[in-house]
Parts: sequence; C-alpha cells; structure tokens
Amino acid sequence: MRRLNDKQVEILIGHVLRAGVLVSCFVTVIGLGLLLIDHATAIPNYHVFHSVSGRLRSLHQLVPDAFLGHPTAIIQLGVLLLIATPVARVAFLVGSFALERDRMYVAVSGLVLVILLVSILFAV
Amino acid sequence: MNQLEFSLFTLGGSLLAGLLGSLTGLGGGVVLVPMLVLLFGVDIHYAIGASLISVIATSSGSAAAYVREGYSNIRIGMFLEVATTLGAIGGAWLATRTPTRGIAIVFGFVLLYSVYLSFQRHDDEVVAHNPWSDRLKMNGTFPGPDGNLQQYSVKHISGGFGTMVGAGVLSGLLGIGSGAVKVLAMDHIMRIPFKVSTTTSNFMIGVTAAASAGIYLRRGYIDPALAAPVMIGVLIGSLIGARLLVKSNVKSLRLVFSVVIFFLAIEMIYNGWVGKV
Repeated sequence: MRRLNDKQVEILIGHVLRAGVLVSCFVTVIGLGLLLIDHATAIPNYHVFHSVSGRLRSLHQLVPDAFLGHPTAIIQLGVLLLIATPVARVAFLVGSFALERDRMYVAVSGLVLVILLVSILFAV
Repeated sequence: MNQLEFSLFTLGGSLLAGLLGSLTGLGGGVVLVPMLVLLFGVDIHYAIGASLISVIATSSGSAAAYVREGYSNIRIGMFLEVATTLGAIGGAWLATRTPTRGIAIVFGFVLLYSVYLSFQRHDDEVVAHNPWSDRLKMNGTFPGPDGNLQQYSVKHISGGFGTMVGAGVLSGLLGIGSGAVKVLAMDHIMRIPFKVSTTTSNFMIGVTAAASAGIYLRRGYIDPALAAPVMIGVLIGSLIGARLLVKSNVKSLRLVFSVVIFFLAIEMIYNGWVGKV
C-alpha cells in the first residue's frame, strides 16, 4: 500500500515539476525574444571567458532587473525558476516523508534540501 | 555570425543533442559541450554553464514520465543525493580553479568512459538480503523476467555512496548529468536492478545539477544569450526523443552515437592537450 502511495506522490510531484519547467521555459523564451529584437545583429563573443555582468550574477539585482524588462535578466530569472524545480522536488519529498512519519528520511531529505539551499543562496 | 544566427544554430544543435542524448540514454550534456566548444568556439566555462541548465530542464521535464513507467526508488535516490550534492559543490569549486585545457581533457576521458559503460552488459542478479539495506529502508520491488514483482535488496552501500560523490564532482566540474557514473554506482556496485537504477538516476541528475548551478550562476558561467537557446533546444529534443524511443532501433543508433562521441572525446583531449580550446 505504501509503495502505491509513494508512486502517486511522485507522479503528482512529476506534474508539478513539468509545470515548473514549462513556466521557466516560457519566461526564458520571452527574454530571448526581447533580446533578439534589441540585438539581433550584434556579434556575440564566447571565445574568451570573461564572466557575465555582475548584475546578472546576484539574486537581488537580477530579479528587479527582470521586472524592469531587461531581456538578459528575464532569461536569468527563467534559469533561476528552472534551478528551483529540483529544489521544490526535494522539499515536497521532505513533506511526504513527514506525512509517512519516516523520521530517518525526513532527516536525509532535509539534509539534501539544506545543502541545496546553502549552495544556491550563499555559495561564493 | 550575429546574435540571431548564433541563437538559431545553437537552438538547432542543442535540439539534436537532446534528441540523441535521450534516444541513447547517454544524456544531452555529453554531446552538447563538445559541440559548443569544438563547433561554435565557445569557451568551455560558458559551455558547461549552459549544459548544466539544460540537464536540469531534461531531468525535471521528464520526471513524471519516468515515475509512471519506471520503478525509481526515492529512498535510495535521496540517500545518495547527500553524496552527489556535496560532490557537485566540490566539482563546481574545482571548475573555478581548473584551466580550460584541464577541463577539456577530463571531459574527453569521461566521454570515453561513458561510451565504454554504455556497452557493458547488465545482469540483474538480485541481492536477497542485506541488514544495512533493511535498516536504511532501501529494499524495493521491480518486475522480474516472468512479469511478477521481485524483491530486491541493496549491497555495498558505502561503496555506492563514495562513487556517487565522484559522480557529483564530475557533474559540477563538467556541467553534465553524469548519469553513466550514477547508474554504474547503483547497477554495478550496489547491485540495484538496472531499470530501478536508470529511473532513480534521472531523479538524481536534476537535484545534483541544482547543487552546482547556483555556484555557476554567481561565477558568471551562465550567459543568458547562450543558456536560453541551449536550454530550450535540449528540452524539446529530449521530449521528442522520449516519444520516439518506443519505435526506433536504439541499438544501432547507440552504436553510431558512440562512434561520434568517441571522436569528439579524442578531439577534446587533443585540443586540451595542445591548448586549442
């Protein structure tokens, strides 16, 4: 019986994840479209790595920039939403283990969630 | 090439990479990074940044389908995620300190090893009993050759965990899903049935990649104008691939794809060695 429940929970989470991917792709496509309208004939240079602009690398500059309509910041927001989908999956599983009263796996999945959040929010 | 042309070319190439990656089970990243580096002349740091994002898209996008058909074991997956996420953070840290040439050479060798692994036979010799597997609640069932559900248990948990740290490091260093190494750890070392290993690996790939993605983003490896067409292309390609999978002759396709990857690997190693990347 629990096996079945596990699977139902996973399928539900799977649908949530797919929705997340669709939303993030939608945002990214809009950003790319706006970028190409502005800069279709610009010559891109990816031969030499010089890191992208600082504003696109920090969460609290990137998000407001996206809402101001900067194309590259909108794409980056889409990327952030995408990065959030596996994190959401782990968070859902913490909840589903808690409902099953499986303390050991609440701890294991909680640890994975903490590792993810620390690396995404605080890593340097 | 202007921005519009570049976007269209990378979109098309990424679509192809995602399609082949999902048809052969090797993943989109293994052909995407060499394509961007060798064909489009993109610096390997931008290439692995874009590739890592596409890995997350593929893993999350196909999660529902995998769960429905497969027999992924979320407890095993979650337990081993502790290893892969820590490894991935280490790998992303290494990527910021490894010169382009070094990454290219390591990438080439990992490609060769992935091809080798994909030709290994899988014998589903079920482990009947292991006290640690019981304690960690890792036992599960999967459909055996006769169609009936068969119990399985898990062996060599610490060995599998250690290998998963390595899989995480490679994922963070090279921007790939490193599904081949994950399946190796579960299938060969922990003796988990192959079908369970592959579906559980798909679940783990996205979580592993997310652990290094934040570091990539902050380090400026994720260039929006490159990441956008790559992410969209790979996602579309892998979704088409998942639909075609049922109809096509995977065996011969995998052979062709492996030959392509073999030559890409040699070229990556050569270019890294002489410093042409």
